[in-house]
Amino acid sequence: MSKNQRTQEHFVAPVDSAGLPETDAVQDGREPLSMWGEAWRNLRRRPLFIISALLILLIVAVAAFPQLFTHTPADGACYLADSNAGPAPGHPLGFTLQGCDVYARLIYGTRASLLVGVITTVCVVVLGGSLGALAGYYGGWLDAVIARLGDIFFALPLILGAIIVMQLPMFRENRNIWTVVLTLVVFGWPQIARITRGAVISVRNADFVVASRALGVSKFQALVKHVLPNALAPVIVTATISLGTFIVAEATLSFLGIGLPPDIMSWGNDISAAQTSLRANPAALLWPAGALSVTVLSFIMLGDAVRDALDPKARKL
Amino acid sequence: MTSNALQPDTDPAPLLDIRSLAISFETSNGTVDAVQDANLSVLPGETVAIVGESGSGKSTTALAAIGLLPGNGHVSGGQIIFDGEDITHAGPKRIVELRGNSIGMVPQDPMSNLNPVWKIGFQVRETLKANGRPSSDEDVARVLSQAGLPDAGSRAKQYPHEFSGGMRQRALIAIGLSCSPRLLIADEPTSALDVTVQRQILDHLASLTREMGTAVLLITHDLGLAAERAQRVVVMYKGRVVESGPALEILRNPQHPYTRRLVDSAPSLASKRIDTAKARGLSAPDLLAADPGQQSGKATAADVIEVRNLTKVFKLRSGLGRHADFRAVDDVSFSVKKGTTTAVVGESGSGKSTVARMVLNLETPTSGSILFDGVDITTLDKKKLFEFRRRVQPIFQDPYGSLDPMYNIFHTIEEPLRVHGIGNKESRSRKVRELLDQVALPSSVMRRFPNELSGGQRQRVAVARALALDPEVVICDEAVSALDVLVQAQILNLLAELQADLGLSYLFITHDLAVVRQIADDVCVMQKGKVVETGTTDEVFNSPKQDYTRALLAAIPGAGLDLPPEAA
Repeated sequence: MSKNQRTQEHFVAPVDSAGLPETDAVQDGREPLSMWGEAWRNLRRRPLFIISALLILLIVAVAAFPQLFTHTPADGACYLADSNAGPAPGHPLGFTLQGCDVYARLIYGTRASLLVGVITTVCVVVLGGSLGALAGYYGGWLDAVIARLGDIFFALPLILGAIIVMQLPMFRENRNIWTVVLTLVVFGWPQIARITRGAVISVRNADFVVASRALGVSKFQALVKHVLPNALAPVIVTATISLGTFIVAEATLSFLGIGLPPDIMSWGNDISAAQTSLRANPAALLWPAGALSVTVLSFIMLGDAVRDALDPKARKL
Repeated sequence: MTSNALQPDTDPAPLLDIRSLAISFETSNGTVDAVQDANLSVLPGETVAIVGESGSGKSTTALAAIGLLPGNGHVSGGQIIFDGEDITHAGPKRIVELRGNSIGMVPQDPMSNLNPVWKIGFQVRETLKANGRPSSDEDVARVLSQAGLPDAGSRAKQYPHEFSGGMRQRALIAIGLSCSPRLLIADEPTSALDVTVQRQILDHLASLTREMGTAVLLITHDLGLAAERAQRVVVMYKGRVVESGPALEILRNPQHPYTRRLVDSAPSLASKRIDTAKARGLSAPDLLAADPGQQSGKATAADVIEVRNLTKVFKLRSGLGRHADFRAVDDVSFSVKKGTTTAVVGESGSGKSTVARMVLNLETPTSGSILFDGVDITTLDKKKLFEFRRRVQPIFQDPYGSLDPMYNIFHTIEEPLRVHGIGNKESRSRKVRELLDQVALPSSVMRRFPNELSGGQRQRVAVARALALDPEVVICDEAVSALDVLVQAQILNLLAELQADLGLSYLFITHDLAVVRQIADDVCVMQKGKVVETGTTDEVFNSPKQDYTRALLAAIPGAGLDLPPEAA
């Protein structure tokens, strides 16, 4: 009987002395945060991000001011007497077959490798990003043309395509950083275009885009002002990751002897040159290969960390 | 209904007894107490409703009973007793035994709670098998037909995407009830559905559970619906039970201030238009007389928007190169009088949103005309269209989707001013502050981003943005449908007040007749692309002429409740 009474009673909780707050009151006092602000706060606490960011800073510093990191001048003479010699005072990593300082070449090679990676990525993002955004936003025949065009380039393996292009007379005659960048961009843009197209399609029908159109914003302005900023996160992530792969691609082409000319110091050229003395002097190959791996890994780790930080599902509403 | 609860002598022991339950979540910002000191009990065969706004802990409490708390949540105090057994800290094995057989669950969203790659029949069979029940094709068909699915045998062979929302919900109810549990937890089972479908589903659920003697724990945010369907109501607010007791008593005699607020704002219980200008003694003609630009007759105000024989045909792809015509909007005519609200009501798929998009000139009609201030908007050139945009503004349904997440509130509200080149930086900033003040938001939110605001606050920002250009007409496409009742009432009041102050005209698109009653002067009921009834709100509500309108009216939850007039 007592149980029954308990279930039937009309229970009323005591009212707080402060009274009932107003419906849907704004909570004041928190600092305002944008998506990027929140991402930054999130990134600061990730060891993966901190390590990769520090490494990238170091690599950039080496590329910008190589003379700070080595006493050997850039055009430092190589002495055949030192051929394949081990580490010596002032030359911590030993010498190549030609008697050049491995450490110095490593330092001076950073610039070419990083330049190719960064310039290629920027060009790929601009070209692939705009084509992908236009295709995704306007759809129709424009989308069909761009998407099929991208598919054709996508189907060709980057290295195979690059080997063919770099063999063309006009490329073979004047090989430099720019020809390598151009080749990599031609075969690299479809990936970013695809990602951008997908991201734009997922945003273009959002209510806020319709709302801005109803305010009088033109169709193209809505793409630039509302769609693109919201579609940017996956593009940035893919770009940081592909930066690493472009550095590898340059090294691969140089290794194959069709990338940068031998007179430009790059890790790819060093690896290529060291293969002949691999058994006698593995260090000459392993150091530039190691530098390449660390650089690529840093960019991929950075991309990973940025992706996690920008993941909308991880953001609290 | 209450008589059921008054049979204590037959079976007094509660089936589910939750005693001073506390649940906390571990988040990156520390421990959050989601539920504190919650008490509730469900007798065998009884229906109990938990009512509260989102974030009140109502779902969390129910999920704890079936051991489905998210990974970072745990019961930090109190007891959950099911049929005399303490299952508060029962092991995973025991909880799995209880699920399905003893405690069934009908989840909230029928769109995402069925696995799209498996046939419906397979998903029902899975449940039967998991609980060691016979699971032949006949058993599956029987379970589905019990839940009210016609032609269950062949339906079982279909995939979820071939089902409508109501049918999916029936399939989910079939799964929830397939193993004849003694307690069914229904978490907002119909909030994603149209009112008429909601009514059918709830009627069916009620008769099924009555037959099987199943107790139901119904979770809802609508007090009217709770009072209509449950014998007892538990009101939760901020993780605490603030009031509980017999449903009708709570409705008639709410004690706690929060419950009173809920009763006041439940749209299904409201019986009249929101008191604003009209209640203050001003009628529509007076408002017009106050407008110097208006010189029309007294009783009939001028039409600011007139829609004539509007038709929209979509081409649906049906096989290679062939198209089938789909008449989304079929010969629709209505008008919006200046300074008043016209509501377009209909179920999903009735073409009402397409009408809104055409009136906003975001979609081109196949035929027919839309006159705004006497000019056909379908023939506007670019410059005139830009001018038109300034005078007609939309408010969309989803406050989470209609604000650009990358724009802070200031930029969001300033955008229309900037686009139309109005004022300089300072005057725009002043205007934004004014607008925020009009929608009762402090100017400190200017620097915030949409993801920091609640749904209702975002919708208020959307209202402020729509008002930035001083439009004459605002088109509200389901503007309050995604909001909790309290916030919904707040936004509706805001809209009504703005109308009285600024002389705005509203075209109000909604599926919810209860909302129409509160805000609209004229109603236009749509069904399958056609207008079936038009009239003033009072005419349509008091003497509906069409069966369809009557069905819609009867489906308003709480419509059949007998309440003293002052309760509403």
